[in-house]
Amino acid sequence: MELVNPGIGLIFWMTLVFAILIIILGKFAWKPIMKALKERETFIDESLKAADKARDEIKDMEFSNEKLMKEAKQEHDAILKQARKTKDSIIEKAREAANEEADRIVENAKERIENEKKAAMTDLKNELADLAIEIAEMILKDELSDIKKQKKYIDKLIDEAQLN
Amino acid sequence: MKLKLLFAKIGFVMVLITMGVLSTSFFQPADHPPAPDQDHQKSDEEPWETVVMEEEYNAGEKIIEHIIDSHEWHILDYKDSEGEKHHVSIPLPIILLHEGRLHAFWSSRFQHGHASYNGFKLETEGDHKGRIIRTLESDMIDSEAIVEKKSDELPVDLSITKNATAIIISSILLSILFIGIARRYQRRKYEAPKGVQSLLEPLILFVRDDIAKSSIGEEKYMKYMPYLLTLFFFIFFNNLLGLVPFFPGGANVTGNIAVTGVMAFFTFLIISFSGNKEYWKHIFNTPGVPWWLKVPVPLMPVIEIIGLFTKPFVLMVRLFANITAGHIIILGFISLIFIFGNLDVTYGYGVSIVSVLFSLFMTLIELLVAFIQAYVFTLLSALYFGMTVEEH
Repeated sequence: MELVNPGIGLIFWMTLVFAILIIILGKFAWKPIMKALKERETFIDESLKAADKARDEIKDMEFSNEKLMKEAKQEHDAILKQARKTKDSIIEKAREAANEEADRIVENAKERIENEKKAAMTDLKNELADLAIEIAEMILKDELSDIKKQKKYIDKLIDEAQLN
Repeated sequence: MKLKLLFAKIGFVMVLITMGVLSTSFFQPADHPPAPDQDHQKSDEEPWETVVMEEEYNAGEKIIEHIIDSHEWHILDYKDSEGEKHHVSIPLPIILLHEGRLHAFWSSRFQHGHASYNGFKLETEGDHKGRIIRTLESDMIDSEAIVEKKSDELPVDLSITKNATAIIISSILLSILFIGIARRYQRRKYEAPKGVQSLLEPLILFVRDDIAKSSIGEEKYMKYMPYLLTLFFFIFFNNLLGLVPFFPGGANVTGNIAVTGVMAFFTFLIISFSGNKEYWKHIFNTPGVPWWLKVPVPLMPVIEIIGLFTKPFVLMVRLFANITAGHIIILGFISLIFIFGNLDVTYGYGVSIVSVLFSLFMTLIELLVAFIQAYVFTLLSALYFGMTVEEH
């Protein structure tokens, strides 16, 4: 057989075998293989997408967690602040009340002392007056036992009275 | 480290020398002409025998013998201790249609062209060399010297030749391989490929993504995938088998014009049947061309119609020529050994080292060509399909 002269038998067998091969491989090999490849590709694609989505969700969750924490902290701070404020005001009020009370007590005490003082002074005055009268009685009794002396004394009293 | 390298080098050279020696001794019996007295004796009995016995090694003839189709699968020739030449080959079925009758028998009946059977004979010379011819039986019982007359009429030869056998074998192997892989794909659906599957998956994806999708388009490529994949793997597999020097390789399947022609014809058929309205309009009434190129003399349609046939023709010739050329070069290097060996045996051994090196180099290039040609044939087919279904 010549090199460039195709043999009819070979053409016949090649056509037959090649056609059968295309049909057999097409039906039993390429169809399932292409299908499986496609399915696997879509599976991988979807899996990647799902992973991406999950990652996003986690990120979202983390974000919201952070937000919650922040809010909680803020609330906590606010409560603390409020508490401090309340405490301060209570203390302030208490102090004011105590001061007032103390002032009042002091005032009362002062008043009472004054009154006591006045009473004591009055008592003392009375005592003194009595005492003076007694003393004067005794002196007078003593002085006036002698006329000269009486006269002298009377003069002196008059002088004093005139001077006043 | 250096020592290791040295050993490796020595080993490599030794392998080469052994290969050279082996190949010489392997081919030697076939190429040495038989003892002249025996030759003479034989030619007395069988007159057609003489033409087979060349005096010298004819490289061109041997090379062509190796790359063309044949009616038997030649394995080797050897000479036994008595100097008798033996021809070992696998007989193949001969199927002939002649005058409305079907003749079927094994090619061993021809005794490698030394005998005729049932009025048929394997021609060993002349225009019909290698073909089966009809002998006229009436002339066979003539006188003492048997003179055969040859009929000009050739029977229709539908024999399962060496290449046809190789096609059948490789098709069976391809079917087993890919149906097995398909099963694995179904069994291990969403898992990564394994074993042979992972070896072939990149090629399948390559054909799908880089050949079909890019040249036909995302929407329509699926329809052509079975054909393109079959085409690609058939060519690639047979290219590789053609490089294996012994059975079941060694047949020059993709370097045979009938085989490439049939594949090109399939491409042509698919192009013609899948062409849309625009495609045919483009051929018979090419848009964007001045009217005078079409009307009195239909120059453009004629050119387009010729183009219709040159596309598959070029596909056929390209694959055939590339593969055949590669085989011829490799066989040429091997033949050098025998050409020099005929001058002097030592020359033969000497040249064998260089020849084996060059053949090795060529074989490696052929491995590359095996892939490239499968790729080119498939790519061009896909491009033509893409053109026929293109929407303007």
